[in-house]
Amino acid sequence: MDWTIFWVVSTFAIYIGIAVWARAGSTNDFYVAGHGVHPVVNGMATAADWMSAASFLSMAGLIAILGYGGSVYLMGWTGGYVLLALLLAPFLREFGKFTVPDFVGDRYYSDTARLVAVICALFVSFTYIAGQMSGVGIAFSRFLGVDFNTGIFIGMGIVFIYAVLGGMKGVTYTQVAQYVVLIFAYTVPAIFISLMITGNPIPQLGFLSNVKGEDVSMIQKLSDTLISLGFAEYTTTNKTMFDVFCITAALMFGTAGLPHVIIRFFTVPRPSDARLSAGWALVFIALLYTVAPAVGAFSRLNVINTVNDTTYVAPGEDYAAQAAALEAEGVTPSPAWFTRWEITRLVGFEDKNGDGIMQMRGPNAPDGLENEVTINNDIAVLASPEIAQLPDWVVGLMVAGGLAAALSTAAGLLMVISSAVSHDLCRRTFFKGMSDKSELRVARLAAAGAVMGAGFMGIYSAQLAFVAQVVAFAFGLAAASLFPVILLGIFWKRMNREGAIASMLTGLVPTFIYIWHFKLGAGKDAGPSEWFLGVSPEGIGFVVMIVSIIVGVLVSLATKAPPQDIQDLVEDIRVPGQRRPHGIADKGMAPAE
Amino acid sequence: MSENQSETTIREEGPAIDGKAYWKEVIRLTLALLAIWFLVSFGAGILFREFLDGVKLGGAPLGFWFAQNGSIYAFVALIFCYCIAMNRIERKYRIEG
Repeated sequence: MDWTIFWVVSTFAIYIGIAVWARAGSTNDFYVAGHGVHPVVNGMATAADWMSAASFLSMAGLIAILGYGGSVYLMGWTGGYVLLALLLAPFLREFGKFTVPDFVGDRYYSDTARLVAVICALFVSFTYIAGQMSGVGIAFSRFLGVDFNTGIFIGMGIVFIYAVLGGMKGVTYTQVAQYVVLIFAYTVPAIFISLMITGNPIPQLGFLSNVKGEDVSMIQKLSDTLISLGFAEYTTTNKTMFDVFCITAALMFGTAGLPHVIIRFFTVPRPSDARLSAGWALVFIALLYTVAPAVGAFSRLNVINTVNDTTYVAPGEDYAAQAAALEAEGVTPSPAWFTRWEITRLVGFEDKNGDGIMQMRGPNAPDGLENEVTINNDIAVLASPEIAQLPDWVVGLMVAGGLAAALSTAAGLLMVISSAVSHDLCRRTFFKGMSDKSELRVARLAAAGAVMGAGFMGIYSAQLAFVAQVVAFAFGLAAASLFPVILLGIFWKRMNREGAIASMLTGLVPTFIYIWHFKLGAGKDAGPSEWFLGVSPEGIGFVVMIVSIIVGVLVSLATKAPPQDIQDLVEDIRVPGQRRPHGIADKGMAPAE
Repeated sequence: MSENQSETTIREEGPAIDGKAYWKEVIRLTLALLAIWFLVSFGAGILFREFLDGVKLGGAPLGFWFAQNGSIYAFVALIFCYCIAMNRIERKYRIEG
């Protein structure tokens, strides 16, 4: 545990150091890091911005449990970058403003459209950030012996320093440092586990290899083991193909529509840098995302092999002595890491048949025994260094990695929340004459307020039921309400104000009601038979997105075409270097050079 | 120097850059790449998975591998292909991106 404290304290010191160095001097610095971030650097920052506590800690374990069903996250959370690079990022960069509501409000010449976009952006970001902050609280309370709320206050303090001082500039460079921490913590244990199980040091190749010393492939062996214990086969899922399709699509289009991801592409100098940067971002993301399914599969196989049917050793007693005594009797003791992690309650054993042996069984176990062992999803990653028998300093790095993932995502979201208040609401809607200097002051104030808001939402996250539904709400709403208006705003000149507002509301309201009903409301326990077309709440965003595009097009065609000025603007942003100011769209704020 | 000057005039006159032809080419490229994007993920990883699973890549069923690893590699390749192709198109139309 000493190494954990060492890594957490030293990485936090680095983040603060960067914050002091990268202070923002203008709103241009504060919102978009002065448009001066190198595409590779921005790619790295985007990767950290993107990969949340859930990607780092929970995803591998989730895939391990879901098997093929976990693919929706792998494809869904990476495929969106293709959409960003090809359809959105370069054009929004050429448009040359600060925020997503900037684009919506200016392209659709309407403060109403701007306000609807602000509501979407705020709801999506607050849902997302509360999850990050509660992740920080859990990390502190579980691993550093600090109270949950105190943990959140410490996290708030750190983010406060670099987000309020440095704005996007401070956030960008701390995210780069956070990426380095998290990718190191993730891949080093993965390499050693891959070596241990398959003999191949590259996890992505180990994933395809045979089990070390045996003539059976790792995946085949995992599948066989699972079936023999009564679990489902690893390479299948119980979801319908249509539902898998919809969830994957909702996650992809949602990724492309998430404001905290989009604004990262405003920080590079040119449109060509924006698309290149999306490529680099995906390279850095893929480093973790292609390793995750391997880590998940290795750890599930390894956990079953080392824990199942072993004799339980209780924590708090001398493990070595007990294990030796059991071995002398000729039985296998439960592994040391299990005993150690039992204290954090991430793993548990309930001896249902009173035989002292730990049975891991699925619902269709051939021997009819009940499952007695519970393993939290996060264990696949958190315990990976111990399972691979790596030195203590690597073990300690995992918590710092998880915190880096949570804080970097929280900071990106904070920038969306604070700019929505200071820029979109104050400067662009209610106090249009505001000077740059006072806007910067309001921006810092808004960032400070957003940190507090996020912290308190983290503290009360247990009571705010919607926080746990980040995936459904954030991605569904981003896909259904934000993605269509941005896409049509670039690729269809005829799209007008009325169409945009109708499209956003069509995306927002039904998606919200559907997810609320089936996740938190009366339909919480309803099965797939009651779902609309058999689509789960996680996938509904895609279905509503299609409807919202159709509504947007029909309403636009039924109403007046947008002013000539706006149509010229759309032609401008399609061709790099051609952006000129246009009266209606740019009267509130000039585009960046 | 003279090249610089001619570019400035192009920018001021606007229509001298054939924006329409440029955009047509961009759209064609985008649609082609999106078709591949669809095929490697929704196609290989979901719609045709069971069929592809009959083939093995190393120890993994091919459709399963596309869903968990292959599609991601393809996504990365697609974006860099797009960057290279776009740079070429921009050079052709003398646009500075």
